[in-house]
Formats: sequence, C-alpha cells, structure tokens
Amino acid sequence: MATIDTKIDADVPAVAHEPPAPPSPLREFWERFSENRGALIGMWVIVVITVLAVFADVVAPHSPTQQFAQFQLLPPAWQEGGQLSFFLGTDPVGRDILSRLIHGARFSLFIGLVVVTLSLIVGVALGLFAGFFKGVVDNLIMRTVDIMMALPSLLLALAVVAILGPSLVNAMIAIAIVVLPQYIRITRAAVLAEMTKEYVTASRIAGASVFRLMFINILPNAMAPLIVQATLGFSTAILDAAALGFLGLGAQPPTPEWGTMLADAREFIRRAWWVMTFPGLAILITVLAFNLMGDGLRDALDPRLKK
Amino acid sequence: MIAFVLRRLLQAVVVMLVVALIAFLMFKFVGDPVAQMVGQETTIAEREALRERLGLNDPIIAQFARYVADVAQADFGLSFRTSQPVDTMLAERLPATLELAIVAALYALVVGIPMGVYTGLYPNTALSRLFQAISLAGISLPTFFVGILLILLFGVVLGWLPTFGRGETVQVGWWSTGLLTVSGLKSLILPAFTLGMFQLTLIMRLVRSEMLEVLRTDYIKFARARGLTNRSVHFGHALKNTLVPVITITGLQLGSIIAFAIITEAVFQWPGMGLLFLQAIQFVDIPVMSTYLILISFFFVVINLIVDLLYYAVDPRLRIDRTAISSAAG
Repeated sequence: MATIDTKIDADVPAVAHEPPAPPSPLREFWERFSENRGALIGMWVIVVITVLAVFADVVAPHSPTQQFAQFQLLPPAWQEGGQLSFFLGTDPVGRDILSRLIHGARFSLFIGLVVVTLSLIVGVALGLFAGFFKGVVDNLIMRTVDIMMALPSLLLALAVVAILGPSLVNAMIAIAIVVLPQYIRITRAAVLAEMTKEYVTASRIAGASVFRLMFINILPNAMAPLIVQATLGFSTAILDAAALGFLGLGAQPPTPEWGTMLADAREFIRRAWWVMTFPGLAILITVLAFNLMGDGLRDALDPRLKK
Repeated sequence: MIAFVLRRLLQAVVVMLVVALIAFLMFKFVGDPVAQMVGQETTIAEREALRERLGLNDPIIAQFARYVADVAQADFGLSFRTSQPVDTMLAERLPATLELAIVAALYALVVGIPMGVYTGLYPNTALSRLFQAISLAGISLPTFFVGILLILLFGVVLGWLPTFGRGETVQVGWWSTGLLTVSGLKSLILPAFTLGMFQLTLIMRLVRSEMLEVLRTDYIKFARARGLTNRSVHFGHALKNTLVPVITITGLQLGSIIAFAIITEAVFQWPGMGLLFLQAIQFVDIPVMSTYLILISFFFVVINLIVDLLYYAVDPRLRIDRTAISSAAG
C-alpha cells in the first residue's frame, strides 16, 4: 500500500506546472476504499486465504486425507497432550485438522467463484435481454423471477438438490440458480434507467448495434452494484454450500469441505471441541471478510448507497 | 381494492402451480415408483400393467393435472418408507416446527427492535458499536455453527439446558405442545435462540437504517421545534413510521424461518417437519419430500399474501396512489 502511495506522489511534481489533473478513477476508488478499515482488513484476509488455498499442497503440513492411526483425536498444540506437528489437533480418524482446513479453503473459494461466475453471467444476460426486448421476453423473465423470489431460497435450493441428487456440483448449481434473481433485477434496472438517457439515443442514431449498446454503453453503468453484489455473493455461496454440506446434501465425506467437516464432527462434541470449532471459525472468518469487503466496495463505488 | 386482491390471489395460485410442478418433477425424475413398489420376481408384463393402472403411461400433462387435483384435495399419498399417509406424518410434526418458528420470530422481534432503535438514536456510543459488531457477526455466522457452539457451552460445559429433542409434550387436541412443561420450555431455548439469531440481526439493521432515515425528515425537526419530549418524538413519530417496512419484512421472514428451521432442527434433533424432510431425502421418500415442499411453499405464499394485504390496509398512500392511477386511466 505504501509503495503505491509514494509512486503516485512521485509522479505528481512532474506535472505540477500544469493545472492539477483530476485523480484517476482507480486512485479515487482506492482512496475511498482504503478509508474503511474493516474493508481493508477483509481484503487482506481474503488475499491470505487465497494464497493458502492456491499453495495448499506446499503450505499444509500433512495430506488432508492421510490418517495417522496413532494420533486420533489429538488436542491442539497448546493443550496438554497436543503436538506441534498437528497444530490444531487431529480428527477422530487421525487426520490433521489444520491441513484439512487449508485444503478446505480451496473448496470454499472454488464454490464461491463458480457460483458467482455462473450466476453473474446468466443473470446479466437475462437482465440485459429483459431490459432490451421489453414485452413478452421481459414479462416471461420477470414473472419467473417473481416466482423464484416468492419462495424461501433455502427451500428452492433444497428442491433442486433433491431432484439432482446430493453432491458438491449439484449444490453449487442449486445455489447459483437461487441467487439469479438479484443479478437479473440489478442489470434490468440499470438497462431501463440508461435506455432513456440521451447518450444512448445518440449512440443508437449513430448506428450502434444492439450488442454495442448492451455491452459497451449500458453494462458499464451497472458494474458498481454488480461488483458489490458479486462480492457479497461469495459469502452467501460459501455459507449456503456449508449449510448444504452440513445437511449432508453438498460435498460428501471425506472431502475436506468446511460444512461437511462440521457435520462429521458433531458426535464428538463432548470429547473433542476442536474438531468442530475450527471449521466453524474458518467459515466465520472467510464469510466475515467477504462481507466487510463487500460493504467497503459498496461505499467506495456507490456513495449514494452509503448509510 | 378488489382488483388488487384478485391480482395477488392469481399470482399466489401461479406460484403454487409452479411449486406443484417442481414436486411433480421429483416424482418423474427421482427414482421409478414402480421399481419401489414391486419385488424382484415381478415380470415385465406385470410391471407394464401396473404402470397402466397407476396412469404412468398417460401424457405428462394429464398426469400433472391429476397430481394437482389430488394435492388440492389434500391427498398426498403414502410414504414410500413407512407406508403411512404423508399428511398424518407431517401433521404430527407440524406443531413442533411451528412452535419453534413462532417463538424464534417473537424473540427476534422483541430483542431486535429495541437494539435497532437504540443504534439508530445513538449511532456513536460504545454500546451501538457493540450491537453493530454483533449484527455483522450474526450475518456471517452459519446457523448450524451457532447452534453447535450453544450446545457446547450450555449443554456440555455448563450442563444447564437439554441439547436435543423437545422434552416432555402435552397433547391439546391433536396439537402436541412443549410450551406447557418445564422440560419442553427448557428444550426450546437453545433452538429458538439459534433460529432467531439471523432474523434478529436483520430486524436490527432494518430498524436502525429506517430510524436514521426518518430522523432526518422535516416532520421530526418540526416535532422537535414544537418542543415535544424526546420520548414522544422518538417513539410516537419516528418509530411509528419505521414500523410498516418492519412489519412487512418480519412477516416475510416468518416464512423463511419455517423453511430455515430445517438446519436448526438438524442440529438439535428437533422432531419437526424439517427433520422428517431430511430423512426423506436420505431414503428418497419422494411423497414426503414433495408434500413438505408444497406445504412450506403454501405457508410462505399465504403469509406473503396476508402481508401484502395488511400493507395495503396499513399504508394509506398505497390506496391513494392506486385510486389516483385508476381514475387517471379511466
């Protein structure tokens, strides 16, 4: 962070004799974003988790599936009987919890990425279509959205998983479907608002194609709320996938997915608190980080929404 | 008014038809009902005869129409697993889920509104910051993790409260209630707290932002200028005007609470409909799964409908707008 600041400061004197140029949008955004301490912390936590997830094979002290038969239910290192090589202890079949958590970060981030990408692409496309070709297309899409919003999201996700069968992939599909309406509505609202503006009319008269109007003229105006929604969508996806995993409808054991790990650990609650506490904390920290960063992005990208 | 009610009713019927379609698709795509009903030695011809008798060879539309007709007459069929009628199975479990959901919703309201009012009135005090931090943690914590932590603390470490089941229940007509016995009430505390946690933070955040919004308006300034007491301004003028959205959201959330009770019921082994549904998924007991889906959606849609109509009754602006629009159109 400090290096970025000094670099920009160093550039300023060179152009000092000219009237001060307006700050670049990126820099302006960064200044507003970094005002928010919570958002910065959230961002750094996400960076750390991402690095851990990417280099899980190198960073994790053990394999996530290797069972050390002689070290079952070992407590964390700082408790009596704990060992430094199994820092957060081991689970009932002797797997290293820390290693499983680090590998689990891969699953959680991957789930978030897939769900957000899928729902973003489909949602934006449907929203653009609905906004552009009003009439029948719009009616069809928006009435479907109404129906989806008229049902509790968890129930909808459960129904999808029940039809497709329990697995991590199906859980991701279910969650992506359930969050679609939000992206469709944001995009459609932006299209409807921008279509009436004069620059769009001008562009249209100049002979811009429908795709140019859609993607070059209008979509950038919907970027701010979409970015915010996508960031918060990460936390929703991770939470929902963990919940489905916990219910036995998402990732299946022995996958080191955090929700599944928690469900497995439930019966050992009386003997080994660490088996279930650490996966829960991992979910909490990750989701909290995304929520903090999402709030910060919202304030920085769209000051009108600031409360 | 009548047009509005009719339109909302029509919308509700369409939603229910779509839900029925999803439930019907479960029957079509998950498993083969004939394979579930017959033994190994049944010949292909006999299976085919059974298919014909069950109407499984009819056009899909006809089958769907028959399904909707059955459901509309509350005929949900027999469970694949226990061969009991599905509606009695669910009816036995209904009181447990509803008691849990209603107590959780009340708790969220009774605690959430004062917290929201306080953080809205005094946004910069230490206590407000604490509430804000709690609410951020509340939306970031998975429900099941909260539940397990509570079990660990109050059940295992302190040993104060029971951690699974409903305790003793009393039969009032066909309704089995846990609210009349000590063990029933004690069993209810942890699950209700867990289930209400998310809604509590939601209500708190909502009341807070509404209060901040309302306190900026001119009529609040005017009320202060008139020399009214803080109490009268805060509660008579400000809070009253925040309540319409709060009522709406709470009403809508009640449906979500009933649906989200699945997770809480799984954590606390609460013998409600959610637990039954989870077991049904494991055993691919489709009649139970589809009936649960239809029933919960029905609750949700009915609550939505009532909230919409209440909204219409509570907020006079809606009525004026509608008549203005219709008279302008006419």
